[in-house]
Amino acid sequence: MPKIATREAYGQALAELGEEIKDIVVLDADLSKSTKTSVFAKKYPERFFNMGIAEQNLMGTAAGFATCGKIPFASTFAVFAAGRAFEQIRNSICYPNLNVKIAATHAGITVGEDGATHQSVEDIALMRSIPHMIVINPADAEEAKQAVRAAAMHKGPVYLRFGRHPVETIFDNNYKFEIGKGVILKEGKDVAIIATGTMVGEALKAAELLSKKGIEAMVVNISTIKPIDKEIIIKAAECGAIVTAEEHNIIGGLGSAVAEVLAEARPTPMKRIGIADEFGQSGKPEELLKLYHLTADDIAKAAEELKKG
Amino acid sequence: MSITQEKIEELTSIARKVRRHIIEMTAEAGSGHPGGSLSCCDILTALYFDVLNVDPKRPTWSERDRFVLSKGHAAPALYAVLAEKGYFAKEELMRLRKTGAMLQGHPDMKGTPGLDMTTGSLGQGLSAANGMALAGKLDKKDYRVYVLLGDGETEEGQVWEAAMASAHYKLDNLTAFVDHNGLQIDGPITQVMSPEKIQDKFKAFGWHVIDIDGHNFREILDAVEEAKNTKGRPTAIVAKTVKGKGVPFMENVVDWHGKAPTKEQAEEALKAL
Repeated sequence: MPKIATREAYGQALAELGEEIKDIVVLDADLSKSTKTSVFAKKYPERFFNMGIAEQNLMGTAAGFATCGKIPFASTFAVFAAGRAFEQIRNSICYPNLNVKIAATHAGITVGEDGATHQSVEDIALMRSIPHMIVINPADAEEAKQAVRAAAMHKGPVYLRFGRHPVETIFDNNYKFEIGKGVILKEGKDVAIIATGTMVGEALKAAELLSKKGIEAMVVNISTIKPIDKEIIIKAAECGAIVTAEEHNIIGGLGSAVAEVLAEARPTPMKRIGIADEFGQSGKPEELLKLYHLTADDIAKAAEELKKG
Repeated sequence: MSITQEKIEELTSIARKVRRHIIEMTAEAGSGHPGGSLSCCDILTALYFDVLNVDPKRPTWSERDRFVLSKGHAAPALYAVLAEKGYFAKEELMRLRKTGAMLQGHPDMKGTPGLDMTTGSLGQGLSAANGMALAGKLDKKDYRVYVLLGDGETEEGQVWEAAMASAHYKLDNLTAFVDHNGLQIDGPITQVMSPEKIQDKFKAFGWHVIDIDGHNFREILDAVEEAKNTKGRPTAIVAKTVKGKGVPFMENVVDWHGKAPTKEQAEEALKAL
């Protein structure tokens, strides 16, 4: 299967939805070619608004559109959306519970050569801490496409997290994405790997590596980080050991969210694979994934260590 | 279109009631922002009782004119005007800032009829107003959008991101008032961080700018007319006002930005009103 970046799927899905849902308007901050909102802009120029390099105004304008019944998708890079415009998202969008979709691309270190300034490793933590906000981090193009539709259909603020770098195909079109629902991609009884976004492909590869060593790993995809699927996490905990994997700081992201569920419902030994509370750097995406220990090998190693106790 | 003397008397009378509410409600709450509420009180009264095409019985009517109080800390003034207009019972005013009450310290559109936007964090209202104005243009609707900013508020960078966008998109259905009372929490705006000259800045950003006395109903309403007739660009009405206007011991006193009057001070203030 070809590798496709989730941002590509976002751009396509948005342009398709524009036909069906006339209330959709799209706003970007001078990055439409990179965020792929340019596909929508070309098809529906009258419903596309370039707000220039001004992310605070981007979010506030989206909020104003939403008060008039529009369904605005506001796009820029994750570091500028969740970071620079955090307080606009909090006070102008989430507090009034307005129907704004924040579709952030270029999340995580696989942004690559642009380096740490552009590599968002904090956005999940920031966005999931705001009341009313839903946080979705799709694993592949198919899930991304369906998540865009689900976000448009949901009434209220949604943060969609997309990547720049092409990722493995996980799902075919028989898959049915649902907000708040995790999915077991592979059954297993010895250890559970709970992964999100770009790391889901690595998690599946890790399960193969473990299988060769006689360890049968369950693999769970959690794309909705908030509200998180508690049921599936508690079920995964039956394996007795959990490894989480995400392209995000280990503080505040999927690993933290899973730990929160387990600590209250079913304390289980776990390890978190993610960015170890540090900034990224320039480099090729694959090299950076190795350097920051975000590969199938790293996940498998963590699972083995957990099993050894 | 010239305003009649009767209309001016009517607006003056409503504004007096609004000022009395501001004093009573902040005194009862024991906190709040009387100074900046009193300075924009005449503008809000003129808007809701002469300018805005709104219907208190249908607060979410899609064709209505919109108003965004970007300087959300002047909420007591807006709440008092909305109550006088009939959006909700005047009794609510005395529950301002109390636990479980509808009227939050800063405007919360979710729970309060008549509020078109949630505000309070400064610098964000003009962006929201831009979104409303753009939506109106997109849907070919005739409604107009009004926003009120504080002069100190224009120190926020987002205001100028938004001002650039209003002019870029030629939002002639948008009118921004600047409540130019000259004072902010830490002192005179020119001493804390001068945003002057505010008129020149809006002009430089491509806006039509009108200077008025923000306590003169004739000037307020004439400026609104001029804004309506200005095509191809947004209008900023920079209204010279007096912080604490109408209450002699509060006028131009910085301390009354964010301090409620005591019971005795409220009585004294009400006598002057």
